[in-house]
Amino acid sequence: MYESIAVALNRTLADEMQRDSSVFLLGEDIGTLGGAYQVTRGLLQEFGSARVRDTPCSEIAIIGLSIGAAVAGMRPVAELQFADFVFCAMDQVVNQAAKLHMMFGGQASVPMVIRAPQGATGRAAQHSQSVEAYFMHTPGLKVVLPSDPYNARGLLASAIRDDNPVLFLEHKLLYGSTSAGGKAKSATGSLTTLRPAPEEEYTIPLGLAELRREGKDVTVVATQYMLHLSLRIADQLAEEGISLEVIDPRTPAPLDMETISRSVVKTGRLVVVTEDVLTCGFASEVVARVAESCHISLKAPPQRVATLDTPIPFAPESERFVLPSEDKIVAAVRRTLLAPVVV
Amino acid sequence: MELRQEERDLYVAMYRRMVLIRAFEDKLYFLFLNTVMPGTMHQYNGQEAVAVGLCSALRQTDYITSTHRGHGHTLAKGADLNGAMAEMFAKDTGLCRGMGGSMHIADFRVGMLGANGIVGGGLPIAAGAALAAQMRGADQVAVAFMGEAAANEGSFHESLNVAAVWKLPVIFVVENNLYGYSVRFSDAFPTEHIATRACAYGIAGEIVDGQDLLAVYEASVKAVSRARAGGGPSLIECKTYRYKGHARFDPAAYRPKEEEEAWKNRDPIKLWAAKLVESGLASEEELKSIHAGVRKEVDAAVEFATKSPPPAPDLCLSLIFARTAEEAND
Repeated sequence: MYESIAVALNRTLADEMQRDSSVFLLGEDIGTLGGAYQVTRGLLQEFGSARVRDTPCSEIAIIGLSIGAAVAGMRPVAELQFADFVFCAMDQVVNQAAKLHMMFGGQASVPMVIRAPQGATGRAAQHSQSVEAYFMHTPGLKVVLPSDPYNARGLLASAIRDDNPVLFLEHKLLYGSTSAGGKAKSATGSLTTLRPAPEEEYTIPLGLAELRREGKDVTVVATQYMLHLSLRIADQLAEEGISLEVIDPRTPAPLDMETISRSVVKTGRLVVVTEDVLTCGFASEVVARVAESCHISLKAPPQRVATLDTPIPFAPESERFVLPSEDKIVAAVRRTLLAPVVV
Repeated sequence: MELRQEERDLYVAMYRRMVLIRAFEDKLYFLFLNTVMPGTMHQYNGQEAVAVGLCSALRQTDYITSTHRGHGHTLAKGADLNGAMAEMFAKDTGLCRGMGGSMHIADFRVGMLGANGIVGGGLPIAAGAALAAQMRGADQVAVAFMGEAAANEGSFHESLNVAAVWKLPVIFVVENNLYGYSVRFSDAFPTEHIATRACAYGIAGEIVDGQDLLAVYEASVKAVSRARAGGGPSLIECKTYRYKGHARFDPAAYRPKEEEEAWKNRDPIKLWAAKLVESGLASEEELKSIHAGVRKEVDAAVEFATKSPPPAPDLCLSLIFARTAEEAND
């Protein structure tokens, strides 16, 4: 079993490279250093410098070359050292990768994966963002948010085999790896809901949410680290007799609304928890879709729990203040239960 | 540079290609003025020797990326004329099924990896195609065409740098037509030439008279052989001029008329015709018949395009994502 996301991703990259000679890796510090979060550790030795390529500090080139290689028959897996750096290459991601297939009438496909770590870990405004909403907003891209080693392995295999550009955004606190420079800040030691990945190969289809906990009172849709916080408070609230149904959407694009809607129809109450900022975020989209399609089932206004609309501040007290927390999730759950039921 | 008797067929074919591009665009302009054609377009008139000189040094399996001014590159690389015309007309039979139009035309069957509406957008894509060729051990090369304005985009620096470090088989071709839309070269560049930037990346740089087909061709052959032999990228700057405005509705009032006239006196097609006739490699009658043949071909393409059906309005929805092989087997 692979016990951490970092190792699960590492072995999946290796398996896919064994399986398909067109798969190769490129990015900053992924070779000799093994990646800032050690996801590509040892792969340079295993596969050589032609297939594990340390690049110059050039995000436009990393993404642009990946696109060119992809349309010419390769399957590049690019690593951006931090998800925040994707904005340096926004033209290549949004104007090029996402659009070429349709713009050229289906002549070209762009089978590539962009891996990048995201989430707040004390690194302040430019190394802390969760960026999924920017790419959910761009037709032509798929977006994956792995939450544990089991999902990470199956989803990465699918992402690499997919014929479309996929943003694969990994949460820093969930890697379970040490950073190249020493001990990385990690939440894995305190979580009991991270499932290890089996060593045999498997895929998890993109576009399929996962019901992580069955319940009857409130549906909680939560991504990545927030999923684990939500599962933890579900245990606590169960002691009070409040039953949470917890769903991991896994891929914001394509978004599996069927699983979410089915649950909301059952519970009548919805809380969506993400680490992205509130406005126009993943939570906003889920709430909008539920309001459009399931409003008759709703017993209370849906709640969004997200990072406050602010750049992530450095001071630990301030970072804690703006991020979602277990207390904020519990409060949101209680708000849905306090609301008067109008039938 | 001397013309060589044994290259006669190639020379005449290059002449034909330039005439085809000119005729294609003159026809488009006429159709636009008659509001038969939708959208906008950026014309290539005056720069034909660059696309034809370069692409004549390539094989069909080589790659090019193009720009918003991409008709010339598309036809020079050998794209299907009917498909190209139908794409201008936004028809289902167009190269991109009417989803791309003038600014996003592509023909992957001949290695034409797409025009690009974003200045500099195609540069790293060409480098990536070159990387794919290098990794496969194929001897294909890639060419990134760009206007001079692209040399001030970040993608220019990042692409040339990494291509040089990795010795990628890619040729960066700057078509310096002196204006980025309305901004004069000297107001956007601190130096007289762009090719001198090659020094910064330790690659070969060459300045070429872009109106002289043979000069472009010979520089291209040199750069392509270098790339195929593993010698890495090159930067070629072709000094040229666009006869028309930046785009369809631009009268180019920012340019001195005398300047336009001076450049039009060095028209690449006329210069090449004179050379072929002077050297006795082709007669004026032969060249005239080429013009007549090309006009017929273009008219036939217009007929094909106008008779073709438009795409179904919802075709776009089925083209947002490629179907992955494993899904297609379901």
